[in-house]
Amino acid sequence: MSEEISTQETETPPEACELTTMLEQEFPGAVTGFHSHRGDETVIIERSALESVCRFLRDDSRCSFEIMMDLTAVDRLEMNETPRFEIVYHFKSLTHARRLRLKVRLAEDDCKIASIHHLWKAVDWYERECFDMFGIVFEGHPDLRRILMYDEFEGHPLRKDYPIDKQQPLVELKEVEERHVYGRHA
Amino acid sequence: MTDMTVLQSRSEDASTGEDFSASVMSIEIGPAHPAMHGIVRLTTQLDGELIVGMEAEIGYLHRGFEKESENSKWIQVIPYTDRLNYVSPLLCNIGYSMAVEKLYGIEAPRRAEFTRVIMGEISRITDHLTCLGAVAMEIGAFTFFLWFIKAREYLWELVEEMTGARLTTNWTRFGGNAFDLPDGFLSDLSDRLAKLKEVLTECDKLLTRNKIFIDRVKDVGAISKEDALSYGFTGPMLRACGIPFDVRRADSYSVYDELDFEIPVGSTGDCFDRFLVRMEEIRQSISIIEQAADKMPEGPFMTDERMMHYPDKKDVYGNIEGLIDHFKLVMEGHQPPAGEIYMPTEGGNGEIGFYLVSDGSGDPVRVRMRPPCFNFVAAMPAMTVGHYVADIVPIFGSVNMIGGELDR
Repeated sequence: MSEEISTQETETPPEACELTTMLEQEFPGAVTGFHSHRGDETVIIERSALESVCRFLRDDSRCSFEIMMDLTAVDRLEMNETPRFEIVYHFKSLTHARRLRLKVRLAEDDCKIASIHHLWKAVDWYERECFDMFGIVFEGHPDLRRILMYDEFEGHPLRKDYPIDKQQPLVELKEVEERHVYGRHA
Repeated sequence: MTDMTVLQSRSEDASTGEDFSASVMSIEIGPAHPAMHGIVRLTTQLDGELIVGMEAEIGYLHRGFEKESENSKWIQVIPYTDRLNYVSPLLCNIGYSMAVEKLYGIEAPRRAEFTRVIMGEISRITDHLTCLGAVAMEIGAFTFFLWFIKAREYLWELVEEMTGARLTTNWTRFGGNAFDLPDGFLSDLSDRLAKLKEVLTECDKLLTRNKIFIDRVKDVGAISKEDALSYGFTGPMLRACGIPFDVRRADSYSVYDELDFEIPVGSTGDCFDRFLVRMEEIRQSISIIEQAADKMPEGPFMTDERMMHYPDKKDVYGNIEGLIDHFKLVMEGHQPPAGEIYMPTEGGNGEIGFYLVSDGSGDPVRVRMRPPCFNFVAAMPAMTVGHYVADIVPIFGSVNMIGGELDR
């Protein structure tokens, strides 16, 4: 059955879309791959170029991606792909009415990436969630702690090697003083 | 008054010799508190009744939606999406099914799409009714709440008629819907909409120009356009700031491009604007439903592509193709071609985006849902600092936090 569908879907070799070409020109060597499967324009870039590419996407008038829509990761352990992790950024531009997906690939033994929390305010919590769920370290993030799980939780639940039925012991009720210091936004 | 002026006037008080910094007190609101819409903890730093700092802590309702989904078959995820937003479950059903359809590269038949539009807009109305009713109740307008809940009941009965359930709808499928319109649904629909319009007019008279209400919500919790965009706001919260971004128009999906509707926007982005935007969106949704009901085409409500839905029982027992299809769908599940997609749809609160990755095997590699209210709760400090404790109630109410989609 899957053959039936995949023959219908023979992918045309990817054609570089406008933004991809622009990024290739502005950041020579940074773009390592691209595709536009089902019309979703996707660019894969080098880790070192992330901060400057994101700043360009936000500030350049040809891009103007005002909204950082989503940030997540994909663990490709079971797909047998290397490097193991893909960090996925989704952007939306209201000015030009278009979207862009940016991906950075990270190896398992070096899952560190620069934080871009200073570019969009939404990134702060997204990066915390990604750290919590996948153990990706966002260097330069002001407050990288767990957000959905509790502090004592061990491991990162959305990694494919985290068993779905694993149980962790209950933690004792904490005294108020022992909690971390609040008021970062004060 | 802006955050800065309040804080400044406070420090001027301090210059008279009184040490206000020592009087900053930390008060926890939640996790279980009557004014919190769900389980969330707000730790506030208070100077008297003035909020000078805030930290929101979430995760109390984390059930591992993404992990569960990635350990299920594609079709088994649909019931989980009911539990994401429990005041408008159909919008999550529709968002997920459209995402998988995009992964396949197929479209549902037109009748299915029009039915989805009707049911989706009904859900949007119930979402807004719940949000506005709760805000009004929490700041004292109890009658308004009861009338809105009464109106919501009319709509939930329609949802029940269509799906068999009020909340756990599990109604969409890949390439169509589980059920077609039941007999007499469209006439029931117009009766209910007429009743809803009555309630809406009454409630509009009751509250929209009520001075006590306006005093509690006007200029409270305002956020600038720039901040709203930077925080990733979408939906009514962003439109209240004056930015006409609606996924139904901007990334038109389904049959919304054939329907005529306005996108209401506010100007200041305060709680009152959010209230007005939601009220107007209810009226627009009613108009969308009426248009979609008028244009409802005849035809199938499920795609006729093979291996998208379980074959009829007479085919399963009657011919070998039906038997094989049924066996393979049950044992192996749907197998969308390898690839990745992001499908944005307009939920009750804002953009619901599903990011799906398939390796073609039938087991989802990644099922990610972008929750609209994640960004709003992240922005709670920005919206509340400089206001008073009592303002947290309308601000948090207008955020319309839904624990299910926030924590997943």
